[in-house]
Amino acid sequence: MRRPGLVACAALAGCSGIQTPLDPWGAQAGHIATLTHVLFIGGTAIFLLTMGLLAAALLAPGRWRQAMGSRRFVIGGGIVFPVVTLAALLVYSLGISRALTLPGEAAPLKVEIIGRQYWWEVRYPELGEGAVTANELHLPVGRDVELQLSSGDVIHSVWIPNLHGKMDMIPGRVNRQRLRVDRTGVLRGQCTEFCGIQHSFMAFWVVAHEPADFAAWVARQQAPVPPPATAAAAEGMRVFGEAGCGACHAVRGTAWQGRLAPDLSRIGGRLSLAAGALENHRANLAGWIAGAQDIKPGNAMPAYGRSLEGAELLAVADWLETLR
Amino acid sequence: MSPDQGAAVAPSTDALPNPLPRPADELGRLRAAWARPRGWRALGEINNNLIGPLFVATALLFLTLAGLLGVLIRVQLAMPGLTIIDPATYNQVFTMHGTVMMFLFAVPAVEAVGITLLPAMLGAREMPTPRLGAYAYWIYVIGGLAFFSSLFFGAAPDGGWFMYPPLTSKEHSPGINTDMYLLGIGFIEISAIAGAIELIVGILRCRAPGMTLGRMPIFAWAMLVFAAMVVFAFPAVIVASTLLELERAFDWPFFLPERGGDPLLWQHLFWFFGHPEVYVIFLPAAGMVSMIVPAMAGTALLAHGLVVTALVGTAFLSFGLWVHHMYTTGIPGLSLAYFSAAGFAVSVPSGLQVFAWIGTFAAGKRVRIATPTLFVFGFLFIFVLGGLTGVMVSATPFDWQAHDTYFIVAHLHYVLIGGMVFPLLAALYYWAPAIGRPLSERLGRWAFWLLFLGTNLTFFPMHFAGFAGMPRRIYTYPAGMGLELWNALSTAGAAMVLAGGVVLLADIARNFRPGRGSDRSPWDSGTAEWLPSEDFGLRSIPRITGRYPLWDNPRLGEEVTAGRHFLPGTLTGRREALVTSPAEALPQYVAVIPGPGFAHLVAAVGTAGFFLSLAVSAVVPAAGFGLVALAGFLRWLWTGTDLGPLPARRDGVGAGLELPNYVTGPLSTSWWAMVCLMLVSGTAYACQMGSYLFLWLVNGDAMWPPAGMAAPQGGFGAAALAGYLASGGVVMLASRALRRRDALPGLLLPVALLLLAGGFAADLMALWEAGLRPTMHAHAAASYALLVWQGFHVAVAAIMAGYVLARSWAGLLDGTRRLSFDNMMLFWLYTVGQGLAGLALLHGFPRLLA
Repeated sequence: MRRPGLVACAALAGCSGIQTPLDPWGAQAGHIATLTHVLFIGGTAIFLLTMGLLAAALLAPGRWRQAMGSRRFVIGGGIVFPVVTLAALLVYSLGISRALTLPGEAAPLKVEIIGRQYWWEVRYPELGEGAVTANELHLPVGRDVELQLSSGDVIHSVWIPNLHGKMDMIPGRVNRQRLRVDRTGVLRGQCTEFCGIQHSFMAFWVVAHEPADFAAWVARQQAPVPPPATAAAAEGMRVFGEAGCGACHAVRGTAWQGRLAPDLSRIGGRLSLAAGALENHRANLAGWIAGAQDIKPGNAMPAYGRSLEGAELLAVADWLETLR
Repeated sequence: MSPDQGAAVAPSTDALPNPLPRPADELGRLRAAWARPRGWRALGEINNNLIGPLFVATALLFLTLAGLLGVLIRVQLAMPGLTIIDPATYNQVFTMHGTVMMFLFAVPAVEAVGITLLPAMLGAREMPTPRLGAYAYWIYVIGGLAFFSSLFFGAAPDGGWFMYPPLTSKEHSPGINTDMYLLGIGFIEISAIAGAIELIVGILRCRAPGMTLGRMPIFAWAMLVFAAMVVFAFPAVIVASTLLELERAFDWPFFLPERGGDPLLWQHLFWFFGHPEVYVIFLPAAGMVSMIVPAMAGTALLAHGLVVTALVGTAFLSFGLWVHHMYTTGIPGLSLAYFSAAGFAVSVPSGLQVFAWIGTFAAGKRVRIATPTLFVFGFLFIFVLGGLTGVMVSATPFDWQAHDTYFIVAHLHYVLIGGMVFPLLAALYYWAPAIGRPLSERLGRWAFWLLFLGTNLTFFPMHFAGFAGMPRRIYTYPAGMGLELWNALSTAGAAMVLAGGVVLLADIARNFRPGRGSDRSPWDSGTAEWLPSEDFGLRSIPRITGRYPLWDNPRLGEEVTAGRHFLPGTLTGRREALVTSPAEALPQYVAVIPGPGFAHLVAAVGTAGFFLSLAVSAVVPAAGFGLVALAGFLRWLWTGTDLGPLPARRDGVGAGLELPNYVTGPLSTSWWAMVCLMLVSGTAYACQMGSYLFLWLVNGDAMWPPAGMAAPQGGFGAAALAGYLASGGVVMLASRALRRRDALPGLLLPVALLLLAGGFAADLMALWEAGLRPTMHAHAAASYALLVWQGFHVAVAAIMAGYVLARSWAGLLDGTRRLSFDNMMLFWLYTVGQGLAGLALLHGFPRLLA
């Protein structure tokens, strides 16, 4: 009963640890991880203490039980102890909150992320024309980043646990989140506000580059796509146009500039398809175009399995694969 | 009992209210008045000893149904990439799991336990408004089952129990699934509110003489706090549902940012209800534990006064916590700090109660370890763990990570299963002998261990799944993220819980039979619900002298059964309750309370049919059902209320008391119920006024209405003001005339009604003539919404006026017998006051800004 080919985690060597608050890759997540450890240790201690007292209330020698069966015990354990502990915890956690909201660099890298059912549009407004991608957030290490979060339809929420906590994307508002990544590599993020039938498959990748690599990545995004190099690719490009894909998708350097669906200018180089639903390779590309509604029912991509021949599907996949 | 026996006990019981022997026909008359109808007519019975257990059983049915949905969720999530249920169905299943658990199980279940146990615990015969209680039950069972069956037609709600717009707006959820929630659940909240009003009046006015607030059992305190919270919290979700339904049906843009609305308005309203809801569920359960622990430890509850303070304090604090669910919405840091502190603060009263229970166990000479005790231990283990994770998520930065992940799923299930289900099961095993045949100790222990271990096995791994990156409300997850083990364990745990549930239900089916409970507590409890009782409740209403009357006076049961205490018979030949003063419980009057009938059933069918027809957009059937409901209400009121002073035996109360059987004004229980209803209405209206102002704030413009739109016209506003005030004045004039002339002058009420309706029309015209249309902007929508609410009250006032006029013509209204009129007047003056408040806001606020 398992769905074959689904889920793109295997694309990366082991996804374990790339979507967890417990392995911070930046200062913000680091602060929260410290708080988390304090809370876990403190919580465990208080839990064991309380259960110990319950056991003592039933089993301890009479003298002990007598002492516990007093109003003083209730006031000490039920009022004084929690008030003192919680006051200390409040001061500590407000300190962490403050550290998280301190103004960082004056000119952080601004990234707009627009949540849509069920994918992410990512734009770099200060880096000029064409700095656009989808379902991937490329960042330079060691630099403050300001995410500007909005929504194109319903409420979504961005969560990159290795970098920071969640922040909602609410129609009519722009929420901002400051974060920073300190090492290169790939992380996973996911939508955490229930946003409809395919909320489960609304993930994205965070790719952290050295600053120079990041600049190169931006430049590659901005370059127009090259003309098809092979006959198959040329055929694919033709089919893509005839099937009307450009009404929703954009491909840089062509007439197709739709914004309802992910920008495909560099689709071949992405880490996954359909917001983390599939590994990115030729067969899955063709399969997705043919059966998007079987793989991710209810998403906005129509299934072309009936309108396109197998060969045409593969040709489109051939062309898209070359867009790197 | 022979006179000799009476004489023998005489020296020590001189002070008892009634002497022996009792008149020969007394017991027979009492039994006749309270006799349950036979055969199918028993359906019309409203006595709490029938409705209560039915209510509990229905709540357990919904627990089972929603629990099975939970198991289905666990099956789908057992392994990555499963497709046992499709995504659309999955979303309906998890939405229904939460919605049914919260609205059809948890709240009704605690109300049900209250209705079942409270009269006996308070030493009363019955709740003061048993028909209202029965009506609340029937709309719950009819509406709840119809609502649940929407699942079988693919029409169940699928936007989560929290129903956030704009996902639930017409554009993104065009089907009837959302309407099913908004209308289907909306009216089940009416049941909760009706039950809450009954509980408030019952607890405050129907306690046995001498049961001062200080001597009142903790469970009654908890239910009183519970009911007050329902009165102040539930209107918020009713308003939210109404606004969203208005947006969906008529395009009034409350939540659509393009026209000045804001999705966050919904979240504020919903969580203003939703956070107190958690404590609404927990506090009664804590109250049950506070009854069970002293009985099992054989000693009084430690720090009784502090525990009461903790209950009341929790209620207050819980209304300041709703933003806890909104930490990630981008709310400014300062308010987050405030809410974080409030979140820590609310854990103190819960901690205090935990220590009071532990201390009580320690104070007991020998703790009796039986199934109820085991469930209490299980409760303490699970609830303390859930409470500690609750403190964690109050810390804002931690919550930013934990929010909407499986960590929260773990936390909330620990709190709700620990804090509510385990106490409820303890209560089931503890009180079963009080209301029928006891349950089996052997099966009970099996059920406990399966449920306790199963619950921990299901939910403990979810903490780890959450921190391994698993968000909530997903129908599947990728392999290789480290989620496989945790989910497999959770599913195995769910199977164990299922097995525990089967054992529990088998025990209930095999052993429990509602009826006359045992005459003695098998646990040697000290509270009044363990006094021997029959259909009429207690033979006589005990005089209470302490918190644990049966421990204070071990012979109390004999005295009560012998009829030595108050009101050992029926004075009027009908069902009666002894009404006492709210604080000191001094006897005030003998209320005649209604008996079996079918009007409330007809009204319940009509109400349920009305809302469910609306949910599927069947307007004509809805109108038909509405009329049926109205007819049921009117018959119920006409035949069963405001009976006037009845001929009665004079000396039957005891202790030389001669009490009236008909009172009006603040002394009467119906006045209290009406005041509670006003609080509900007023809270709903305040929520709408708050929405109006909130929308002004988020539009970030000093102008409200926004630039380009005109303020309501002052001339019409002045006319509305005059109309409302004059109509209130005329009604007060009518009240005075009724007192002086002993009859209602025929013209005054029609004039008052004309003035009220005219005032409302002018209220409406002020907006319409200013060019405001509800669809154009959130400002206009919020303004018209206030008028919708006001119009509803004007319409109800009109029906009440017609009813009072009819009573007058039928000769059922005079200077003494005027309860109907007084209640109408109270409602009327409230409606006038609400109109004035609305005018002040709609006309005053824009001018204040300008």
